[in-house]
Amino acid sequence: MSFTRRDTLRLAMGTAFAAAVPFKVFADVDADVAAFTGGAEIGEGGITLVAPEIAENGNTVPIEVDAPGAVAILVLATGNPTPAVGTFNFGPLAGAQQASTRIRLAGTQDVLAIAKMADGTFVQARQEVKVTIGGCGG
Amino acid sequence: MADNVTPRIRVPREASAGETITIKTLISHPMESGQRKDRDGNVIPRSIINRFTCEFNGQSVIDITLEPAISTNPFLEFQAIVPESGTFEFTWYDDDGDIYTDSKEIVVS
Repeated sequence: MSFTRRDTLRLAMGTAFAAAVPFKVFADVDADVAAFTGGAEIGEGGITLVAPEIAENGNTVPIEVDAPGAVAILVLATGNPTPAVGTFNFGPLAGAQQASTRIRLAGTQDVLAIAKMADGTFVQARQEVKVTIGGCGG
Repeated sequence: MADNVTPRIRVPREASAGETITIKTLISHPMESGQRKDRDGNVIPRSIINRFTCEFNGQSVIDITLEPAISTNPFLEFQAIVPESGTFEFTWYDDDGDIYTDSKEIVVS
């Protein structure tokens, strides 16, 4: 097989792009988690995080969190430049401790949801989302 | 700052007492994350809606803190209990200090 001029250019651009994607530091995630939980231990179960396995467009990734009996749910995108996505605080008239929204993901990464239960305990759920086109701009 | 900010809300017109209903809200807003750069390489300053609240007859339903990772035109869906007829008050708080509000009536039969 022989490379045309166009193929070669395309290949070179792809390599350059891959090299330009910066390595992310995860220290911010721990800081955000600690600020929310106050250092308390985090259990598993009792919380559901629904996110697509593969998101074509990182600009709008639909997610849903559901944690019966929670007072607040924190959502983090562990691979974003700023990991915090949002905090849902449920009031007395919340029909269910469930909410959905659309978020931005910079690239393939884990989305993390931590719920604060009414009794002061914390539970978490994690889901990996593969992102084809990142959503944080250049 | 943000132009053409229009809230759109879907709430059922009627419900029975104590019923759990689904509320969907969408507000048109660029949600500029503060990460993007313009053509000259300058960072475009952050401009987002940082908080959303929903109240029913003065009682809180949900209070959401939004960060830059929420998509353009933030869409939020959640559940509420309606004990009696009344009004849902929706409030969005912009970074620049603007507050957008809307309300929806619901009749309990």
